[in-house]
Amino acid sequence: MEISVYRYDPEKDKAPYTQAFEVDMPDGRDLMVLDVLELIKEIDPTVSYRRSCREGVCGSDGVNMNGKNGLACITPISDVAKRGKLSIKPLPGLPVIRDLVVDMEQFYDSYKKIQPYLINKDMPPEQERLQSPEEREKLDGLYECILCACCSTACPSFWWNPDKFIGPSGLLQAYRFLADSRDTATEERLANLEDPFSVFRCRGIMNCVNVCPKGLNPTRAIGHIRNMLLKRAV
Amino acid sequence: MVTQVTSFSRNGLSDFIVQRVTAYVLAAYTVVLLGFILTAGGMTYDIWREFFNQTWMQVFTLLALLSTCAHAWVGMWTIGTDYIREHYFGESADAFRLVYQVGCVLALACYIIWGVQILWGS
Ligand code: SF4
Repeated sequence: MEISVYRYDPEKDKAPYTQAFEVDMPDGRDLMVLDVLELIKEIDPTVSYRRSCREGVCGSDGVNMNGKNGLACITPISDVAKRGKLSIKPLPGLPVIRDLVVDMEQFYDSYKKIQPYLINKDMPPEQERLQSPEEREKLDGLYECILCACCSTACPSFWWNPDKFIGPSGLLQAYRFLADSRDTATEERLANLEDPFSVFRCRGIMNCVNVCPKGLNPTRAIGHIRNMLLKRAV
Repeated sequence: MVTQVTSFSRNGLSDFIVQRVTAYVLAAYTVVLLGFILTAGGMTYDIWREFFNQTWMQVFTLLALLSTCAHAWVGMWTIGTDYIREHYFGESADAFRLVYQVGCVLALACYIIWGVQILWGS
């Protein structure tokens, strides 16, 4: 199978280029894209990418495969290859450090902005803050995010204004804390999201939903935030 | 640098509400106008003129005109701050965006003045 890989080493290369590799699939098995990257690394050890858990939990190996973002470790080749070909590129929109490794700073900055931790001004109880099963249920589909950045880097609004638009991942997390019954900073959180960029740059094209390897729905979370902002205003 | 200073209300939520409400006004106006065209039974100058001579239609038209402008400004501003950035236009992006925004404002102002003149001019 022919795999083309985006290559760029800012210390050596003037511009990025793609390098083609011929990889033999071991006795016709369907491998994950990460396995293929490992095979490529055996051919050329300078090919760089991030990886850690290799089972879709750590969120390190988000890459763009034949135009679609996803985690290399849980994407079978048969799902993404077209006519026996696969092109692997770094997540779009973020600066490339080397080959498939991108600089996630901008992404984490957005995450920081939404204050991704419980804020509760009341005295902590002796043991823990309790939630009813119903309250806990509200966090389903939100807390599972592994911050892989597949969604935000698939979002044009995030490409255009990454410093101002929080992006789908950050907004999913923002709603995760807005929806938490133990958090008391709802008002403050909403006030920080009211400007024309943070939330309202979302135009609902749902690229995020399309690529999330965890099957989460940032667009829905953004809709909830919008409704909360509206309710608070009227 | 892209900032929110030139946005319609400098507040994302109000801009959002303005854009939705004006959209409803424009939708209603379209329905009324289409309804008139389909039921007027002919399209002569007199019929057209009589329709627009009614006060409610004049008020409604002015409202639709103002809605168009508010709606368009929110949208055009968004487009300008999305695409007219240094990434594509280099150093002159800010200047170019300003020219674009002034152009939009002038065009929209012309619509209003011209519209008022058409509605209430002799
Ligand atoms: S919402 Fe999904 S795609 Fe986005 S960062 Fe979280 S896990 Fe990744």
